[in-house]
Amino acid sequence: MNIVVCIKQVPDTVEVKIDPKTNTLIREGVVAVINPFDMYAIEEGVRLKERFGGKVTIVTMGPPQAQDALRDALSLGADEAILLSDRAFAGSDTWATSMVLSRAIEKLGDVDLIICGKQASDGDTAQVGPGIAAHLNFPQATYVRKIDTVHMDTDPKMMVVERLLEEGYEIIELSLPAVVTVLKEINEPRMPSLKGKMRAKSAQIPVWTNKELGIESTQLGLTGSPTQVMKIFTPPHKEGGKIFNGEPETMVADLIKEIKDIL
Amino acid sequence: MIKVHNDKCVGCSLCIKGCPVAAITLVNKKAVIDLNKCTLCGACVSVCKFNALQMVRQEIKRGDIFGYKGIWVYGEQRDGVICTVVYELLNKARELAKDLNTYVGVIFLGSGIEDKAKELIARGADKVFLVDSPQLKNFLAENYATTVINLVRKHKPEIILAGATTTGRSLVSRIAVPLYAGLTADCTELHIDKEKKILVQTRPAFGGNIMAQIISPNFRPQMATVRHKVMPEAKADPSRKGEVIKEKFDIEWEDKRVKFLDFIAEATSTVNLSEADIIVSGGRGMGDAANFKLLEELAEAIGGAVGASRASVDNGWIPYSHQVGQTGRTVCPKIYIACGISGQIQHLVGMQSAKTIIAINKDPDAPIFKVADYGIVGDLFKVIPLLIKQIKALRA
Repeated sequence: MNIVVCIKQVPDTVEVKIDPKTNTLIREGVVAVINPFDMYAIEEGVRLKERFGGKVTIVTMGPPQAQDALRDALSLGADEAILLSDRAFAGSDTWATSMVLSRAIEKLGDVDLIICGKQASDGDTAQVGPGIAAHLNFPQATYVRKIDTVHMDTDPKMMVVERLLEEGYEIIELSLPAVVTVLKEINEPRMPSLKGKMRAKSAQIPVWTNKELGIESTQLGLTGSPTQVMKIFTPPHKEGGKIFNGEPETMVADLIKEIKDIL
Repeated sequence: MIKVHNDKCVGCSLCIKGCPVAAITLVNKKAVIDLNKCTLCGACVSVCKFNALQMVRQEIKRGDIFGYKGIWVYGEQRDGVICTVVYELLNKARELAKDLNTYVGVIFLGSGIEDKAKELIARGADKVFLVDSPQLKNFLAENYATTVINLVRKHKPEIILAGATTTGRSLVSRIAVPLYAGLTADCTELHIDKEKKILVQTRPAFGGNIMAQIISPNFRPQMATVRHKVMPEAKADPSRKGEVIKEKFDIEWEDKRVKFLDFIAEATSTVNLSEADIIVSGGRGMGDAANFKLLEELAEAIGGAVGASRASVDNGWIPYSHQVGQTGRTVCPKIYIACGISGQIQHLVGMQSAKTIIAINKDPDAPIFKVADYGIVGDLFKVIPLLIKQIKALRA
C-alpha cells in the first residue's frame, strides 16, 4: 500500500502564552513542531505499511525550515519525505495549499491512500484534507477514528472506516485511492526509535518548487488564493471573574445567586 | 509580496511582536522581513500603526462576479430533523440579505424531507432549493457536493453559509475547490461591507488567541462555515411566505466509490457536546472513572452534556468523543462548568469562547480561574453534590 501523509509544521502551542498586558502572543523561544493531529496521521500510515507493505511518503508545504518536521516524521518510521517550498507558495489559503499538495501527490503517482490530520492547530480550518480530495477527485472520509477492514486484493482496493460525528459515528466503505483525515482516537503514536533518528538525520529530502509542479502562477500563493486576510486583531481581554473562597455551602449559594438567571 | 516602507518605519518593533512565525527583525531601526520564514499571513500589516508595511497583491480579473445574487444557507438535516445551526444561519442570512437587498435561499438535500421545507420558510427562507432523492438519504460528501455544485452553477448565489459541523465542513471544502470559491472556516461573526458589497468574515485562529477578518472580493460565491451556538436562532413565523424550488438528483452524480453502511448513535452522551447549551466537564481532579457519575448527575440536573479534558480521556475514564480542547472538540455552550480541570492552553482553546465559564478547582492558582467568570476554590467532591442539590431545588 502506497501511502502519502500530508503534514504541517506549526508553532508548539504548549509554548504559546498570552501577554496579559498587551494580550498578544508571546513567542519567545517558541519551537515549531508537527501539528498534533498529523502525528496520528503519520502513525496510521506507518501501521498500514507494516500490515500491507508498500511505503509511506511524507509531504509538507512550507518554508525551508519545515524540513525539520519532515525529519521528525522520518524518525517515526516514514520512508521518504518531500518538501514543497517556493516563494510563490507563500500566502496560500486552503484552496491554494490543497492545490500544491494535490499536484505533488499526482507527481508522486501510484498512491493508494492519502492521510491528513483532522485539522491544523494554528488555522483550525479542517479544509485542506477534503480540498486535496476535491482537487484529485478522490473519495474522502473525514474525522476517521478507525480504519477497519482493508481489502488489498479486490479491484479496486477497498477500505471500511468509522467517522466520528456529533451524535455518534458512521461506517462507510471507500474504494481506493482515497483521502482520509484522522482523529486522535485512531491510534497511539510511537516514540521515535534510535535507528529512526539516525536514518532521519542523514536522509536526503528533495525540495520541489513550482518548477517541478508546474502550477499556473494565477493559482498560487496570494494571487491564487480566493480568501484574503483583511485584518488581524487580538480579541477583547476578558474581565477578571468572581472567585469564591470559603465554606462549600456559602460558595455554592453565592454562585447560584449569580447564575440563576442564565440557568 | 510584502513591502517595508523605510520612510514610514520608526523601528517601534510592534510588527516583531505581531508576527506569528518570528520572521521580522530590526536592522538599523528598520523592520526587515526574512522571506524564508514569512508566510505572508499579514499579521504585521494589521499591527503596524504607521502604515509602513504593505501587502502587494497581483489582482487578476476572474470573470463576472456581479451576476451572483442571493444568500444561501446549507440546510443540514439528519433523518429529516433540521439541525438548529441552520436556524442560526437563517437569522444571520436575513440580516445580510437586507444589507445586500437580496433573497435568502436554503439548499435542502435529503430523502423524504419535502414536508420540512415549510419550517425553513417559517424561519426566514424566501426560497428552498429542494433535492429530495433516495440517493441523498445518507450524507456522503461526494454526492452532496456534486448536487450543490450543480445548483450553484445554475442559480449563482453570491454567499453560501454552512454550519461548522463535521458534515458542514466536510461538504463545503469539497464544493469550494471545483467552484474556485473562497472559503473561510468556523466564523464567529459575519457582516457586509456596505461600500464594497462584500462579506466580511471574522474567525478565531491560534485557538482564539487571535481573530482574523477574511474577505474573498474577487471570487464567487463567498463561502463560510459558522460556529454553532454563537449566533441567535431565527424565530419561526408560520405566516411567512416562500417558494419551494424542486430540483432533480441526476443519477450520474452518484459516486459509486463510496457507500454508507451504518450509523451508530453513541449511548454514553445523552446530549451531544456541540448542541448542548450547558457542558459539565471533568479533568484530572476527578480522580477516577467512577467519579464521572457525579458529573453525569450534575449534567442531568442542569440539563447539559458531559465533557472532559485530555487527561481524563487519556486515563480511560471517559471516551474520546467527550474530549474538549485542541485534540478534541471545540465547544461554545452558554455555560461551561470545568471541574478539576487545571486549564492548560490546549484545553482553553477548545472552550474559552463559552459565554459563561464556571471553574471548580482546589488549586487557587490553576490557570482555569484566569478565564473563568465564576470560580469556586474548593474540593469538587464537596462542591458538586451541593450544587446538584441547589439546582434541583431551583428547578423544582
